[in-house]
This record gives sequence, structure tokens and C-alpha cells, in this order.
Amino acid sequence: MSAEPTGGAVADSLPAAPARARTGARGRRLPVFALSIIGAFVLAALLASVLSPADPEEQSLRQRFTPPVWDERGTWQHVLGTDRLGRDLLSRIIWGSRVSLTAGVLTVLLASAFGAGVGLVAGYHGGRVDAALMRITDATMSFPVILLALILAVTVGPSFMNVVIAIAVILWARYARVIRGQVLTLMELDFITQARIAGASAARIILRHLFPNTLNTLMVLVTLQVGYVIIVEASLSFLGAGIPPPTPAWGSMIAEGRDFVTSAWWVSFFPGLAILLVVLAFNLLGDWLRDTLDPKLRQL
Amino acid sequence: MARFVLARLVQSLVALAILSVVVFVLARATGDPLHLILPMSASEEDYANARRYLGLDRPYVEQYVSFVGRALRGDFGTSLRARRPVGELIAQRLPNSLRLATFAMSVSLLLAFPLGVLAAVWKGTGIDRAAQVIAVLGQSLPTFWVAIVLIEVVAGRLQWLPAGGIGGFTSYVLPGFTLGWFVVAGMMRLLRSGMLEVLDSEYVKLARVKGVVESRVVWVHALKNALIPVVTFAGIYFSILVTTAIVVETVFAWPGLGRLAYEAISSRDFPVIQAVVLTTAAIVAVINLSVDCLYAFIDPRIRYVR
Repeated sequence: MSAEPTGGAVADSLPAAPARARTGARGRRLPVFALSIIGAFVLAALLASVLSPADPEEQSLRQRFTPPVWDERGTWQHVLGTDRLGRDLLSRIIWGSRVSLTAGVLTVLLASAFGAGVGLVAGYHGGRVDAALMRITDATMSFPVILLALILAVTVGPSFMNVVIAIAVILWARYARVIRGQVLTLMELDFITQARIAGASAARIILRHLFPNTLNTLMVLVTLQVGYVIIVEASLSFLGAGIPPPTPAWGSMIAEGRDFVTSAWWVSFFPGLAILLVVLAFNLLGDWLRDTLDPKLRQL
Repeated sequence: MARFVLARLVQSLVALAILSVVVFVLARATGDPLHLILPMSASEEDYANARRYLGLDRPYVEQYVSFVGRALRGDFGTSLRARRPVGELIAQRLPNSLRLATFAMSVSLLLAFPLGVLAAVWKGTGIDRAAQVIAVLGQSLPTFWVAIVLIEVVAGRLQWLPAGGIGGFTSYVLPGFTLGWFVVAGMMRLLRSGMLEVLDSEYVKLARVKGVVESRVVWVHALKNALIPVVTFAGIYFSILVTTAIVVETVFAWPGLGRLAYEAISSRDFPVIQAVVLTTAAIVAVINLSVDCLYAFIDPRIRYVR
């Protein structure tokens, strides 16, 4: 959903970037598989109230642990079966996609905005500003994400916004590092010197000259990290420090089914499959974007 | 070289100092631990006494200074929940975590090396495809879900391996594999792209022209230089391993640091949280530092770049 405007912005800035001209000639195929999975889940998230066959929070103890439809005890009423409280799994997964996708996109947008800002400022100013900012970045990067997110989630209580903030607080550092590295190379180039001679202010150079040239890298990182954030959010919900029940979140659904895996495997299996599909799609799309926009960017 | 090592050492220490403040502030913010350790019937006076006894009534700055002073001597206070010295708990759990991490790292190395190199050499073939699938799955599968599926299938239905806890070699296989897969993915891809680049370079062509056996060209001449980016990222992989271990240890009932952290956070055990986070950060810092020094040693160009 938010991919639309950013995608357009990148496309506009592309003709200036030499990397694109080279790979564009190769004519890579669009990652149809990844795009259609992401599209399907985005649609599910947007139209959850229309698409889900039942109320995701409605309990029906008489129908608890109904197996999926292809099992002989299954019914078309609950295509993917029901959980411990008789809630419809398909509906919960559809509503859960809203939680996971919003968490993923929102966190990455917050982290990339802040991280890119720090990277641009550090790379532009250099010297002490750069050294100080990079020390903070390194310290942040060495902090295990899940540990901090757990502490924060317990501190302020588990809630959607806290999970987003907890992950973003750590995640920005990677953007800062990568963008700063790029800015350092850009600063050596003639067009920055020319802008300086022309009397452009620091803000103008950063926003008009440096920032557009880091957009490709930013796009690749953002896409690759949406998947990562979805996994971290699910891990937190799994550990009981994420989105609190009864809101359907994929991670907590897996946790709820964990004790019944032997008798009712579907309760944990399908939410996990949903996570796998979405994250896989974002990773494939990110890889494709990297190969197309920024082949030099190796990892992460 | 000495200057480089010293500069990096100071950097790590500064990073750790910042972390200790963050951890201290965050741990204080996790709510009043006295609600958990005192019985429901405790009076105001009991609360005041307990607070004084545990030093929780003193100013934060004073608490912090004494905390750092004692931490440097390995004294992390007493666990509010277990009522035992935190240092003791850490000493008990840390070796288990390190053993699991070492095992997982070895599994990843054993898988990532042949996969990465072969995928580059046989680029575009079935081997390459298979390696790519393994890698992208490793980066997309939620570890706790893999853990649950493995426990159910391998330990439950097939009864091949134990489902959890720590014991003989067999108990390492499932958690080690779960933990290692994610790392395999990243390492393999780095190695593959590194190899592809190096195999295309002039010196490799020269080696071939000279008549060096192809296997030697690949595994000695090319691999040496393709390793450099892998070494740079080794530190990052290790911190990823440490983080993922929290989830994996929790699912596999593995008595390590990660599980200790999870238990401590759910019972608001300040001293334990501080100790676990700082120990973990210190380990990550040491690994990063040694990796950087190793890197500078392998590739002298790094020493001159700030």
C-alpha cells in the first residue's frame, strides 16, 4: 500500500543513476511470484472485514480443534480448522496479516527515516560529528534486537506501538551505517563540490543532492527488512511480549497452538506458513530490487 | 597495527559504557520488582524495608555507579527471584549457551562453505538453485516455527532425537540446526557473490593459464580472497545467533542465557536482566573486536582507512 508512492519516487530519480542504465538493458523479469503473494496479503489486510468468513475473536467451544476441510472431520465452515477456543483459523490469519504487515511497514519506515537522516548528516559533516554519530550507531547495532524489544515491551506493557518503537529503536542503525558509507563516496564527486561552489546550503546539498542518490539503496534495504521485522514481531508475540491477545497476531497464534501440536497440528502450522510466505515474498522482491537497482550492495 | 587495535578497543569500551547506561535505565523502568517478591499481605513498612535492604531507595546515579563498580568485579548482585548471586546464575548458564552457539556456528560453517563455493562454481545449475532455495528459506522461516515443527516431526513422530533439554550430542542437533540455518543463509550468499567476483578476476585467470589444477584454483586461490567479506560479517552473524538463541532456547527448554533472559524479563528480575544483556553485549563486542583485528591482519588496506 505504501509501496506505491515510494516506488514512483524511485522511478523518477532513476535516470540519473548510472547503475540502473546498465541493469535496465539486461531486462530482468519482474518477480511475479513475490509480487502476487505480497499483493494477496496486502489485499487480505485491507479487506479483512469483507474477506474473512467469520469473526476472528468469536469463540465456540463446541467446535474447538475442528481440523481443516480436507480432513474427514473438517467442515467448509472452517476451511483451515479452528483453535483451542473454537475460533476460525482462516479468519484469524486474515486479520493477523493486518497486524504483521502494518508492523513491518511502519517499523521499517520509522527506522529508515531516522537512520537515513543520521547517515546523511554524519556523512556530510564528517569529522567529529561523524565520529560521534557512528559511535552511537555501533553501540546500537551491537544491542541484540529481541533483548531490547523484550525489555521495552515488558517495561511499557505489550502493545502494538511499543513493539514498533522497540524494533525501530535498534533497526535505524543499519540504515545509518549504509547510507553514511554511500554519502562518503558521493561527497568525493564533482557535483557536490560544484553545488558547494554555487553556494548551496548544507540542508540543500543533503536534501537535493545527496538524498536522491541514496534512494536506490534505501529501497533495497527497506524491502529486505520488512520481512525481518515481521519475523521479529512474530517472535516477540510468540514470547508473549508482542501484540497482546485477543488481537490475532501470527506469532501468538503459533504460541497458542504449541502445546497441542501433536493432536491439532494445524493451529500452529498455518500461521507459520503465512509468516513464511510473506517474508519469503519480501526477501525475493528485495533480492530482485538489489540486483536491479544496486548490485554492489551485497548483504542485508 | 597497534594503533588500529587500540582505537577499536576504545570504541568497544565506549559502546559498552553507553549500553550499560541504557540497560540500567531500562531495567529500572520495568516496573516495581517489589510487587513480585513481597507477599500480597506486605505492609507499607515492609515495602520500605525491602527497598532500603536492596538499595532501591538511593538516588539513581548512586545506584548506577555502584552497579558499574561491582559489575566490573563480576558481581551483579542477587537475583530478586532466585535469591542467588546473579554471577552464579550466569556462570551456570553461559557455558550452555556458548556450547550451543559454537555447535550452531560449526554446523553453519560446514554447510555454508561447500554450498557457497559450489553454487558459484556451478552458477546457474541445479546445485546453485538448490543452494539459493536453502538460503532464502533460511532467511524467511520463523525460527520458533521451525523449532516446533522439528520437535513435532523429528522428536515426536519419528522419535529420532530428544525434544528438548541439554544432554548428550543428540540434544544439540535440533536446536543447533534451527539456530544455524539462518546464519547459513547469509554466509552462503556472501561466499557465493564473493566467489563469483573473484573467479572472474585477472589473477585467477593467470593461475589457470599457468596450469594450476582447477580444484586448487577454486579452493585455494579464489576462496582466500572470497573469504574477506565473510570475515567482516562474522561479527554480525554472531550477534544474530545470540539474539535468535533467546527464542530457540525458550522453545527447546535449553538452560542457557537466552532462556534466563526470558525468565528474568517475565518476572522483572532487574539484576539478572542487566547481567544477561551486558554479558551478551560484552561477548558480541569481543567477537567484533577480534574480527576487526583479524580483518585488518588479512587485508592491510583496512588499517589505513579510518
